[in-house]
Amino acid sequence: MKSPFLPALRLQRAALAPRLVAGSAARQRRLSSSVSQRPNSDFVSFPGALKSAFTSSLKFETPESYAALPTYRVVDQHGVVVDQAFEPDISDEQIVKLYKDMLYISIMDLIMFDAQRQGRLSFYMVSAGEEAVSVGSSSVLDPGDPVYCQYREQGFFKERGFTTKEFMSQLFANRNDTGKGRNMPIHYGAGRLNIYTVSSPLATQMPQASGAGYALRMQRMQDANAKPRVAVCFFGEGAASEGDFHAAMNMAATRSCPVLFICRNNGYAISTPTLEQYRGDGIASRGIGYGIDTIRVDGNDIWAVREAVKRAREMALQEGGKPVLIECMTYRVSHHSTSDDSFAYRARVEVEDWKRRDNPITRLRKWMEARGCWDEGKEKEARDGLRREMLQGFAEAEKELKPALRTMFEDVYEEMTDDLREQMARLREMLDEYPDEYDVAEFEGGKESLKR
Amino acid sequence: MKRQAVRLVGSVGPAAWLPRVGRCYSTHPPNARLNLPIDYSTTPLLAHGGRTALGDAGEMPAQVRNGPAKKMNLFQAVNDALGIALAQDDNVLIFGEDVAFGGVFRCTMRLAETYGSDRVFNTPLTEQGIVGFGIGLAAQGMRPVAEIQFADYIYPAFDQMINEGAKMRYREGSNGPHAGGLTVRMPCGGVGHGGLYHSQSPESLFTHVPGFRVIVPRSPIQAKGLLLAAIRCNDPCLFLEPKILYRAAVEQVPEAAYELPLSKAEKLKEGKDITIISYGQPLYLCLSAIQRAEEDLGISAELIDLRTVYPWDKQAVFESVRKTGRVLVVHESMVNAGIGAEVAAAIQEDADTFVRLEAPVGRVAGWSIHNPLIFERFTLPDVARIYDGIKKSLAY
Repeated sequence: MKSPFLPALRLQRAALAPRLVAGSAARQRRLSSSVSQRPNSDFVSFPGALKSAFTSSLKFETPESYAALPTYRVVDQHGVVVDQAFEPDISDEQIVKLYKDMLYISIMDLIMFDAQRQGRLSFYMVSAGEEAVSVGSSSVLDPGDPVYCQYREQGFFKERGFTTKEFMSQLFANRNDTGKGRNMPIHYGAGRLNIYTVSSPLATQMPQASGAGYALRMQRMQDANAKPRVAVCFFGEGAASEGDFHAAMNMAATRSCPVLFICRNNGYAISTPTLEQYRGDGIASRGIGYGIDTIRVDGNDIWAVREAVKRAREMALQEGGKPVLIECMTYRVSHHSTSDDSFAYRARVEVEDWKRRDNPITRLRKWMEARGCWDEGKEKEARDGLRREMLQGFAEAEKELKPALRTMFEDVYEEMTDDLREQMARLREMLDEYPDEYDVAEFEGGKESLKR
Repeated sequence: MKRQAVRLVGSVGPAAWLPRVGRCYSTHPPNARLNLPIDYSTTPLLAHGGRTALGDAGEMPAQVRNGPAKKMNLFQAVNDALGIALAQDDNVLIFGEDVAFGGVFRCTMRLAETYGSDRVFNTPLTEQGIVGFGIGLAAQGMRPVAEIQFADYIYPAFDQMINEGAKMRYREGSNGPHAGGLTVRMPCGGVGHGGLYHSQSPESLFTHVPGFRVIVPRSPIQAKGLLLAAIRCNDPCLFLEPKILYRAAVEQVPEAAYELPLSKAEKLKEGKDITIISYGQPLYLCLSAIQRAEEDLGISAELIDLRTVYPWDKQAVFESVRKTGRVLVVHESMVNAGIGAEVAAAIQEDADTFVRLEAPVGRVAGWSIHNPLIFERFTLPDVARIYDGIKKSLAY
């Protein structure tokens, strides 16, 4: 989408530039009276579209007249570098670490999917095919950047330092779960890693990320020594149809919030293919409409993801802050969740094709093998080691006690209200009166925690 | 979701060429003795001179109460509270539709000029965006005060409030972040000509959601003290401002910063025969009805202002009802599943209060309809309906 759009955009930016430079005083008043129509001007100075040139030809813009935005890649599906300017910016050890993080998630997916099928946990969602987006992004962001996830970003948690014990504690909702056993599996959260807890409603995290970005901007304005940080927000292409997507993009742009919007466009929202999700050029083309710098990236190429996110983060911190949109193209190799059989709406062969032809893990593996820092022996050793670690964590988490019953009444408000104290006491009375009706043995402290 | 009617509703002052009878767009029937216009300049619910308004003076520190005061109407008291909050805490931010030039009800006048356009700013016209943005700010430790232009337009933000703001502390568990710094302000209630979408009182929808504190002030002194308490409170707060009082309710408001307690009711008047419970603007109607009933029936009624409708002060209500044995709950929003339903159910559920009841709990509230423009005076509670409620309860 090159020519007709971009010059207009540049002009619009130029019109906004003085207020960004001059800061708050200038921004305070951009009165509409300052936008006036000059005689014989070539531009229509309507306040709603500055510097729009007059034209005497009646022509509608059609989406078809624009080529689809290109997809940036560094390494092709055979593991061969196609961006000749590319040089890895990290050591071989660090590369191997990222590879193992992706491998970790893919192995956890297999184990936990089966565990759910055996009824040992209530729910699970795999992220097969999308490991490079989350792991790659995480590896170039600052650990202090606050992050909002949708739910298929397990790789982000892993790369940033979420431990096997933390994963398993959340999945089994035991007493070591920082979410206190309240959330469905895969709704991870990590206060110590600056990752907000996943919530099920789609796209709600998006305007929140804009607000978080604005807070970071304000904190830097108020304290010059504050570390430059950006807010990060993941979402799928289906979630981008929600009204909150629109609200978030527009607010982030108008309030100049340093926030990275990272879209995982994996082709499906449960059973709905993208053809039924939108008719435009994916999600990326929308960014331009909001006045947001945008790029589309091959999400199966961890190097492309890293390069794009790294550069986007720098851009987001320019001029005091601004949003950047990254659309990562991938394919959801897995079922949507354990509650979904995706072969009800897509061909098995299509999925097998993607698994075989292009997969972020095998792509990086081919690149590493060509470089000479990985081989079949290391692969087997890594897989066996990760599997052992996970199964051990699984067994420990599964037999751990659940959180104390009292925690169900806590954190609704900062302080427990009188109502809640009374309701807690009533639950306690029920457990006393009908001991055979309830099993409280698996909860830490049994019913004793329910004291007012 | 601001609408054309903003100007209409915003300019409550009567035009000079119209007869000045209470409000310009309606008059009372010539022989009415109950449904007379409320005279806000003499009602004892407002502190006109030496701050003698009915209410619990003990809640405010003596030096605040006895310090300098200024005559303010309700929008000025809100403005005063917002100014204090901005001055005292760098983390306070104010935003919403059209707040930068002062707001369509003048609540944010001069705040952008004084505290800068980075802290007081307009947002795009998106309620879900405004509340979501506020939750994001709060989670980073800020104290955002978001404005929804009319309570009638809160619904696009329902998801953000209920699934996100209200649940964040619970969902995060020991991870730490919460939306407790968030306060959402919005004008609510009937204004005589607001029709379907400039009249609503949606408070009970939010009292069904654990996590939010829902507050409705009745006067400038309350608006200032409760709003400051809401902004400083570590739970997300919903602050509904009865817009009919913005200009009408004027009283002497202490200039100093002060807070009034949340989740605590205020006894406005002692009585022994019946308890009237309300909040916000209908309290003025209740007081008028009580005055007539006391004259006509020789009884004495107790008047309680809930102030915070959730989590609400049950004990204050129970204590009063145990004394009087009769109770009437009054609110503008429709009767079914309104605040009155919760108060009535709680009263009958409390064994020590239930046994003292001498009559069924009465409710005077909006009918179960939408607020129709031309029929408003027949649906919102008025003095006659409250008076009748008192009479029926006493006759039971």
